[in-house]
Amino acid sequence: MNKLKKHTKVDFATYLGVIAAWGLVMLAQSQHWLGRSTMGLLVPICCYVVMAISLNLTVGIMGELSLGHAGFMGVGAFTGVIVSQSLAVSVASPTLRLVLAMVIGAVLAGITGFLIGIPVLRLRGDYLAIVTLAFGEIIKELITCLIVGHDENGLHIVFNYNGLKGADDLNMTPAGKIIIKGAQGATGTETIATFTAGVILILVALVIVLNLIHSRTGRAVMALRDNRIAAESVGIPVTRYKMTAFVISAAIAGSAGALYGLNYSNLVASKFDFNTSILVLVFVVLGGLGNMWGSIIAAVVLYVLPEELRALGNLRMLIYAVVLIAVMLGTNSAGGRALFAKLIPHRKKREEV
Amino acid sequence: MGFLSYLISGISLGSVYAIIALGYTMVYGIAKMLNFAHGDVIMIGGYMSFCGMMYLGVNGWLALALAMVVCTVLGILIEGLAYRPLRQAASLAVLITAIGVSYFLQNSALLIFGATPKVYQPLIPLMNAAGEPNALKLFGGQLSISYISLFTMLSCIVIMIALTWFTGHTKLGKAMRACSEDKDAARLMGISVDKTISLTFAIGSALAAVAGVLLCSFNPTLMPTTGSMPGIRAFTAAVFGGIGSIPGALLGGLLIGIIEAMAKAYISTQLANSVVFAVLIVVLLVRPAGLLGKRMTEKV
Amino acid sequence: MKKTLAIVLAVIMCVALFTGCTEKTDGNDTAKNNTFKIGASGPLTGDAAIYGTAVMNAAKIAVDEINAKGGYQIEFNPQDDEADGEKAVNAYNTLIDWGMQVMCGPVTTGSAIAASAEAYKGRVFCLTPSASSTDVTANKDNMFQLCFTDPNQGTGAATYMSENMPGHKIAVIYRNDDAYSQGIRDTFYAEAQAKGLDIVYEGTFTKDTQTDFSVQLTAAQAAGADLMFLPIYYQPASVILTQAKAMNYAPTFFGVDGMDGILTMEGFDTSLAEGVMLLTPFAADADDEMTKAFVAEYEKRYGETPNQFAADGYDVIYVLYNALLDSGCTPDMSASEICEKLIAQIQTMSYDGLTGKAMTWGSNGEVSKMPVAVVIKDGVYVSA
Repeated sequence: MNKLKKHTKVDFATYLGVIAAWGLVMLAQSQHWLGRSTMGLLVPICCYVVMAISLNLTVGIMGELSLGHAGFMGVGAFTGVIVSQSLAVSVASPTLRLVLAMVIGAVLAGITGFLIGIPVLRLRGDYLAIVTLAFGEIIKELITCLIVGHDENGLHIVFNYNGLKGADDLNMTPAGKIIIKGAQGATGTETIATFTAGVILILVALVIVLNLIHSRTGRAVMALRDNRIAAESVGIPVTRYKMTAFVISAAIAGSAGALYGLNYSNLVASKFDFNTSILVLVFVVLGGLGNMWGSIIAAVVLYVLPEELRALGNLRMLIYAVVLIAVMLGTNSAGGRALFAKLIPHRKKREEV
Repeated sequence: MGFLSYLISGISLGSVYAIIALGYTMVYGIAKMLNFAHGDVIMIGGYMSFCGMMYLGVNGWLALALAMVVCTVLGILIEGLAYRPLRQAASLAVLITAIGVSYFLQNSALLIFGATPKVYQPLIPLMNAAGEPNALKLFGGQLSISYISLFTMLSCIVIMIALTWFTGHTKLGKAMRACSEDKDAARLMGISVDKTISLTFAIGSALAAVAGVLLCSFNPTLMPTTGSMPGIRAFTAAVFGGIGSIPGALLGGLLIGIIEAMAKAYISTQLANSVVFAVLIVVLLVRPAGLLGKRMTEKV
Repeated sequence: MKKTLAIVLAVIMCVALFTGCTEKTDGNDTAKNNTFKIGASGPLTGDAAIYGTAVMNAAKIAVDEINAKGGYQIEFNPQDDEADGEKAVNAYNTLIDWGMQVMCGPVTTGSAIAASAEAYKGRVFCLTPSASSTDVTANKDNMFQLCFTDPNQGTGAATYMSENMPGHKIAVIYRNDDAYSQGIRDTFYAEAQAKGLDIVYEGTFTKDTQTDFSVQLTAAQAAGADLMFLPIYYQPASVILTQAKAMNYAPTFFGVDGMDGILTMEGFDTSLAEGVMLLTPFAADADDEMTKAFVAEYEKRYGETPNQFAADGYDVIYVLYNALLDSGCTPDMSASEICEKLIAQIQTMSYDGLTGKAMTWGSNGEVSKMPVAVVIKDGVYVSA
């Protein structure tokens, strides 16, 4: 065991942790220890955990602030819904459809990420952040203009840019089914997402991201993050490595979106707005930049927190805000750290970045 | 004539964005943080002046003064309690704290004022006593600009000039610029960095109160979420003009307003927002530091 | 350091999760007495909080009135769903854990579609006060609406215009990222085409652009529109009225039920709404006893005048309670037993409420009551 590198141990502990959590939940489920509300949270938690892993790749490893990550999730979600709904007859197995939806959702989100990455990765710092925000909002508005239907002749898509088109413009046969109706979004989606699929997706995302970090690409990207000029001067091609990481990050977000989209019978584009991007960013920063298992725990805790505070009624979002501020102050300010040092005396070194 | 009236709509809207962006860029320029709570301070400013007018019965101008006082205090408090302890921390930690503050303000307003929107009485009434619109008529009444829009534009220009003068020619202003350049060097020169940043927040929040009053005069419904969208718009405007640049904020705000109006009129009302963002992306690709932003040479 | 904190928080959360489960069993015990458990979900925070808050406030009045009379009692549990499908499912699950037997809501369309899919599988009877899309009730036998449906309003408005206001040039401004607004516009447009109405301009806005309508208004004016159809909620509508007035443009404005509430916004200059027509089931200044008593109580408790959402919420509780009693349900029955009984009951019953007399329901979940057109004169509704 000692021969393994430290990061390898941490990686394996992370995988084991996820699997153990899955095992615990499955056990609890079979023993009926969990209430409906907890059960209902499982799939969205998986989606947000995967989102957090994906965004951590962009923000933590690449060091670029992205404020539009929900856009990729949106692309994946709507692609996933279209794939699953249009294959409802030809592919009978829901599991297979779910996998197909996630894969195709990831591919489309990856392509979107590539197209967006071309302009975005030329910029830096806050300018890069605002452009990702801009792309996120544009994706949301474009999806709002989509009308999509499916009949035996295949997919019919109308882009309703002027607000004058409707479901009739799809020219479908009477057997056709409308999948996305503009602002009303996708309704009547068959909900085929499962917790187990979510956990597998988390594991896949973790394997991809952790291996990427320890690969040549990962080291190059981190070198670029820590000192771009020095990295460039030793001949690391900036665009190629950053683009690889960005596209992978977008594709993972897309598969999380597909899982999310197939968990609800109604999905609207306005869900994937700036606020959702910010929500995921909060998970990443709170969990620790570049720290994947930190992201996982932060996503779980912060997603469950407002739900657990339901009993407090109108105060819950206020308390959520206070907790957020308190945690940031507690973990990042000199005073807060000193306080923790007193409470937990044996904390040492290991704090990096 | 259609084009001109759309242009006037755009400028009116843009001047509201500009006035918010001025406060935003001020804080960013000195404290180097994206203050996502700025929009919510604007909302608080709106509510304060609304309360002044409805419950205390003072006139609009006094209510504005009241709002400015409350927001200034609020700005100093937020800075002192939430941002100052994080002065040495990573910029993302400050960003998340700002988001926390934003949630906090919104939800406090929701608890205090309720979810039902309040209707704000504009600083300059829309109608005069005779029931005619209070507006400047051009070309024999074919075009009109409301006095409140004129007032907003005028305020923007006055505030921009005042801020430029203040940062360029007063001792405090110079201290601000010094902090913005290099906090440690400024400290060595005997400038109190904490006080200077407090002052920046005080000015930024007082401007937010003015922006709140003008925003609500323009768009008279006041809700706890009133500030969030204009806050993002102002962020966009500030980046568009070159973040940290005071004239840039004015220019960025006006351009965003005009582009939005033109996109609505000639392209698609559906995609107006997307068009604004698309233009922003193109501009940033050509000028990566915004229209009037300084291009920093990086040192190794 | 963050890690330590994260672990501490995670432990707290796990404990909280399990305490949540123990509460659930308590819930089942208390349900054995004479109390029905009615859950509700709607937006209580965020942009749409006005609607959820109004429904919950009014529903609480109805619950208190019923409980004061004695007999079977109601325990009412309102949950926040932020008008978001995801949160609505979470709210629904929380209510199920609490032991909900019947559901009032969800309030908004997107939430209602998402949560009703769960309620259909879980067999819980739902009556939504205000989610008006036909997608809410489609293919779900246990989901009913108290409000008009979108087609009902869209075609209703087009029919009214063709019968009573022929020859007008019509402009439409609607919110194209909102299911309610888009839904009514689509059906209005279809019916207007069929009836040969002259639509000269259509403008849209989104959540992000709802502060400024001067461009849409200028374009509508340039197109010569003298009748403006606004299938939107009253808050953006009030901005449109104000900005139209500021540019001296005065078409006849025609709204739908979402427009109700405009007169009672704090600080609103009602002269701006002079001559506005709207289709609404409820008028806060109606002089029947039921409305008067409700409005007085609402103003006393919450310090504001109830809008149509509030009236819908109030009616929902009474409809549910009457249906429970008339179908012989008792509080010891399970949600699914109650569900089957209520599905049968609601299709045979008729109810006189704040938002309509002799309301009846069809098997498709839609209520039958016709929208009434009113016009605003001197700050009050007058039948048109």
